[in-house]
Amino acid sequence: MNKSLIYGLLLSILMVIAPHADHLPIWVSSMCVGLLLWRGYLVYSGKALPKRWLLMSITFAGTVGIIFNFHTLFGREAGVTLLLMLAALKLMELRNARDAMVLVYLACFIIITNFFYSQSISTALYMLATLMVIVTTWVHLQAQGIALKPRLRIAAVLLMQALPLTLILFILFPRVQGPLWGLPQDAYASTGLDDRMSPGSLSRLGLSEAVAFRVTYSDKPPRRDQMYWRGPVLWYFDGRTWTPGIVTLSEAPKFTEVSQPIDYSVTLEPHNKPWLFALDVPDKLSVQSKLTYDFQVLNKEPVHARMRYTARSYLAYHANLQEAPRQLQRGLQLPRQSNPRAQQLAAEWRAGSKDDAAIVNTALSYFYKQGFVYTLEPPLLGSNTVDDFLFGTKQGFCEHYASAFVFLMRAANIPARVVTGYLGGEFNEVGNYYIVRQSDAHAWAEVWLAGKGWVRVDPTGAIAPDRVERGLSAALSDTAALPFMERNPPEWMRSLRFDLDALANQWNQWVLGYDTERQFAVLTRLGMESVTWQNMAINMMSGLAIVIALFALFMLRHLYTRQPDKVQAVWLKLCRKLADAGLPRAAHEGAQDYAVRVAAARPELAEAIHDLATRYTALRYGAHREEQAQREFIHLIQKFPSFRRTS
Amino acid sequence: MFASFKQKFRNWAFSRTSETGTVTLTQRRIFIIPTKQGLILCGVLVLMLLGDINYNLSLGYVLTFLLTMMAVMSMLYAFRNMAHLQIRAGRAEPVFSGETARFAFHFNNRSKLSRYQLCLFKTGESFWVGGQPVIKFDAPAQQDSEVIFPLPATRRGWLQTGRMTLYTEFPLGLFYCWSYLHFDARCLVYPKPLIDAPLPSGSSPDGTGKRSVAGDEDFAGLRKYAAGDALPRIAWKAYAHERGLQVKQFSTPLGEELWLDLADAPDRNEEDKLARMTRWVLDAEAQDLRYGLRLPDGELPSNNGIAHRDECLRRIALFNLPQQEQP
Repeated sequence: MNKSLIYGLLLSILMVIAPHADHLPIWVSSMCVGLLLWRGYLVYSGKALPKRWLLMSITFAGTVGIIFNFHTLFGREAGVTLLLMLAALKLMELRNARDAMVLVYLACFIIITNFFYSQSISTALYMLATLMVIVTTWVHLQAQGIALKPRLRIAAVLLMQALPLTLILFILFPRVQGPLWGLPQDAYASTGLDDRMSPGSLSRLGLSEAVAFRVTYSDKPPRRDQMYWRGPVLWYFDGRTWTPGIVTLSEAPKFTEVSQPIDYSVTLEPHNKPWLFALDVPDKLSVQSKLTYDFQVLNKEPVHARMRYTARSYLAYHANLQEAPRQLQRGLQLPRQSNPRAQQLAAEWRAGSKDDAAIVNTALSYFYKQGFVYTLEPPLLGSNTVDDFLFGTKQGFCEHYASAFVFLMRAANIPARVVTGYLGGEFNEVGNYYIVRQSDAHAWAEVWLAGKGWVRVDPTGAIAPDRVERGLSAALSDTAALPFMERNPPEWMRSLRFDLDALANQWNQWVLGYDTERQFAVLTRLGMESVTWQNMAINMMSGLAIVIALFALFMLRHLYTRQPDKVQAVWLKLCRKLADAGLPRAAHEGAQDYAVRVAAARPELAEAIHDLATRYTALRYGAHREEQAQREFIHLIQKFPSFRRTS
Repeated sequence: MFASFKQKFRNWAFSRTSETGTVTLTQRRIFIIPTKQGLILCGVLVLMLLGDINYNLSLGYVLTFLLTMMAVMSMLYAFRNMAHLQIRAGRAEPVFSGETARFAFHFNNRSKLSRYQLCLFKTGESFWVGGQPVIKFDAPAQQDSEVIFPLPATRRGWLQTGRMTLYTEFPLGLFYCWSYLHFDARCLVYPKPLIDAPLPSGSSPDGTGKRSVAGDEDFAGLRKYAAGDALPRIAWKAYAHERGLQVKQFSTPLGEELWLDLADAPDRNEEDKLARMTRWVLDAEAQDLRYGLRLPDGELPSNNGIAHRDECLRRIALFNLPQQEQP
């Protein structure tokens, strides 16, 4: 097999494996790199391929390694890892064209596994580059004698022509809502809010720049300090971790709105949990979902794919004015033995005041006055987390404040609960929408006050009002370990970032989010009257046929249109003239031979025919054709006498 | 049912009689079906599509569709790789039986598009290549490429290429695009000369008296080796001096006439007799004798020279064969 062909295959496999490097176990990555280098060396030096038993034992060792690493051979992670390893190993036993073909198909297949991890625009561009390399190698495999440049050209043209056809297929291919079969648990990877909150769980998210969701407001956006995106509500505290506890009530919540409704649409990134995010408090959503008694919006199933919904919320409200006693009881649960100092402090406040609202204010001012610090990197806490925080470290992120505050309220006999979600968001002027990132994750508290219902209290606002009003970067000092972009970047970088995110948003909406519904909407808008799969198929086929026919016309056009050579055409005219004189040119006869024969038969034409034959040969077969000479030649033939046909 | 369909197809495709002159591959002469590789790719694409649907991978759809459409477009490329080629059969020089005939075909590519990886083989039972030797070649743009198709010559007489298949799987190997060529290309095959067959003792046309032919005694010089020359006559010394394969020539006095008569050949089998005659003609010509040929169906008057030798060999080669069209 051709050396450069093997280099092409090596490059193809390298390109399909490379994007997996960041999530493969390090030993698999190094094994693949090692195998590729080894193969490259063997090609370079022209040495023989390794023996079969050696390859078999490497394969066996690798498989055992994967089983040890993942505890299974199935499932997404283990399967992809195995596939990548086998592709690298297949290179080692590349002996004939069939093996090469298997590798080419394998490479195409492996590209798709990368889409489990990323489907961004850059991934798409990288896919095109990879395809280009693979197809070039593919063409090379079929015609080993063909040089690199024509190979690249064929591959590029093929790819370019496939693009518009792919667009037609993409728009019109009837979409089926997956999944077709059960997916392994690890089918989705994500970061996002959990329904457990312990010290450090939100500050971990604070470092992530991943997008949680994007929001477009129908009218004027609300004030920033009102953008509380409600997520899981946590009731049960075990002294360290907050969890939702056991759900006992399935009643719908009641609230009376005191403000105008606000409408918006959310594009939620998949986070593999059932909850949907809406502004406090949500009234109704465009997708089928359930509003729980504590105002959480739950999807029917975990959100595995990006989804879009519109929602309506009321930013000012009275929630559950008539709360069930059982709920109020749940709002007072405490691990009685833990955090004695905090319980004692709350008892002092209770004794000093009969008014619940006054106690809430006392607690907030306590945070404000006692020198608490808002930081992403709080010191570790001991077993009595609340006591250690309140009286020891006094440094914390939002979950510390929410947790301590709710604990104090409950100890003071005020029903309270922790609410997690997101706060704020970043406005993108380019796309006119808000981006809410994982770093906007937040936790706050709700207390139940008689006559007011559940009231939101954000203790973080007491310590770092900037966090609520301006965002995380404003609330933290510059030295904090914030993501680079969360600090204050230069203006041009900010605008570039907004442009890119706006592009990514369009990409998400129109390419990645192109599902059954969106397809229906798009096709209706394109003027399709009844969107059935039959209609789609018919339109798809005819669309493809038309475009392919156009390509065919363009590609085959110059094969069918004869481009008669002017010089040859007039020469043939001369031959016809002489044929009329009884001297037809034989098919095998060249110009000079013919001239000799004509000259012998008609000596009076000898000089002219020799001259013309010489000119013809020079014009037709010479390296350069001069305009002047060509005109003279044509002129001479036109002047050549015609003969009456001798029949 | 498939068999009858296949038969119908073959009848239709093969119905043309052999062609002379230049053949242009128009779209009516080009057939196309997917290869095994193409069908495998089809399976891979279906798998990928199922994965896309199941995991809701939009970019996966894009990749699957891109590959599908490239595969579909490659059909057009395969067709274009053959379309409007002009082909004519050239001459094939006569050979001796047991040698390989070399049929020349001229592929004229008048377009500005190079054609790659064209394959030519002698059509057997199937239209698919089934272990037959295949000649692969490219036809560069605006050029006339000569392709030599070797075919072993096993019997004397006319050797014909019969039906040839020209196919290409370029550019991706997913489609098998082919066309049948049935040129009236033939190659004359002389009988294989016997190795050791001394010339008959000279017999004069009038049949009186016998003269010994001294041709083996008088060394006259060297000439280039020609197929069929006896091994003992090769000038090995000259060969050792790197002057190429040469044959020692011996002279017989001019003016003597030699009649090569089939009846004089001592063999029983007619084919062996003809093989002996072939050797005689070669040797007689090599010795620069004047010789005539006498076969039961006629005779050639005595003469000498390459043209005479070839005519003699031709007569011998075609002797007693069923009437065939003369080219």
